[in-house]
Amino acid sequence: MKLFSCLIFLLGLLSGPVFATATNEAAVADDPVAEKRLQELSKELRCLVCQNETIAGSNAELAVDLRREIRGMIRDGRSDNEILDFMVSRYGDFVLYRPPVKGITILLWAGPIALLLIGLLVMRSYLKRRNSRVASNSPLSAEETRRAEALLKEIEDK
Amino acid sequence: MNRYYWILGAFAALVVLLAVGLNLNPRDVPSPLVGKPAPAFRLAVLNQPGQTMGPEDMKGKVWLLNVWASWCVSCREEHPVLVEFSRRGSGTPVVGLNYKELRGDGAIDMRRVPAEQEVPLALERANGWLQAHGDPYLLTVMDIDGRVGIDYGVYGVPETYVIDKNGIIRMKHTGPVSPQVLGEKILPLVAELNK
Repeated sequence: MKLFSCLIFLLGLLSGPVFATATNEAAVADDPVAEKRLQELSKELRCLVCQNETIAGSNAELAVDLRREIRGMIRDGRSDNEILDFMVSRYGDFVLYRPPVKGITILLWAGPIALLLIGLLVMRSYLKRRNSRVASNSPLSAEETRRAEALLKEIEDK
Repeated sequence: MNRYYWILGAFAALVVLLAVGLNLNPRDVPSPLVGKPAPAFRLAVLNQPGQTMGPEDMKGKVWLLNVWASWCVSCREEHPVLVEFSRRGSGTPVVGLNYKELRGDGAIDMRRVPAEQEVPLALERANGWLQAHGDPYLLTVMDIDGRVGIDYGVYGVPETYVIDKNGIIRMKHTGPVSPQVLGEKILPLVAELNK
């Protein structure tokens, strides 16, 4: 069933505009402002059935139910934050497409930056080491210069 | 040579990270309801016309709330486990929450079901299923429109909640209850809560 609704959604994606699904429902379409808010909020919320879709894009049963629930709350004059809190208190942080910054998600948010910094440090130490190796290569000694010239001359003479 | 160990180490770390990450079950979403009071509801009881039931009726008991539906394929997998559990007479009541019996069934076009037919049809289907597969429940309540399911954060049927004597949710299991989950997770917790 879940797979089926995911497939249906994919088909929908291929065949037409993504938000066609939302317009099929009895909408608060008479109120474009509310409908816009619904769209914005739905894009912030993950459909837990098709986990990598937002509620706005998913045609899964639960997504339809949750859109209906959000519509009801908009009609009741609840604020965006109240609506998001309603969802988080039931489905957890996972329902938010942009997870909040807190202890458990710090790796998620800071991880890429930390990796970048580590990369920069490694690159710096590598460049430093290489530079010092190049710099320490002392020029040829007098004896070596004589030998090198002799060899070059030999080649020229041939 | 030293450098190769370094690369090898980094590669091994990556393998471990991916092995752990890819073996996590993405459906295991921690429920924010664990440790919180079971959301209140009042729903009609299957086969007891006029009767309703809510979590407060179970105060003083450790009980399981099992979300099921006749269209749910995985429920068929876990059902024998629950039937066996109640047959053994553990004394732990299991309440069934029938979730969207009709509306949740992808095979049914709700536009073709007359509104006044929905409830009788849902009851009939739920009953038929329990007769065919056995009824492990103390009673079953009917969440026709899935509203209660939303309050409980239901996103995949079956789901099972362990609720303590004070009506606090102590555990949520998403997906079918296997004998292993029952024996290793649910029963020890129930025993602990019953102390």
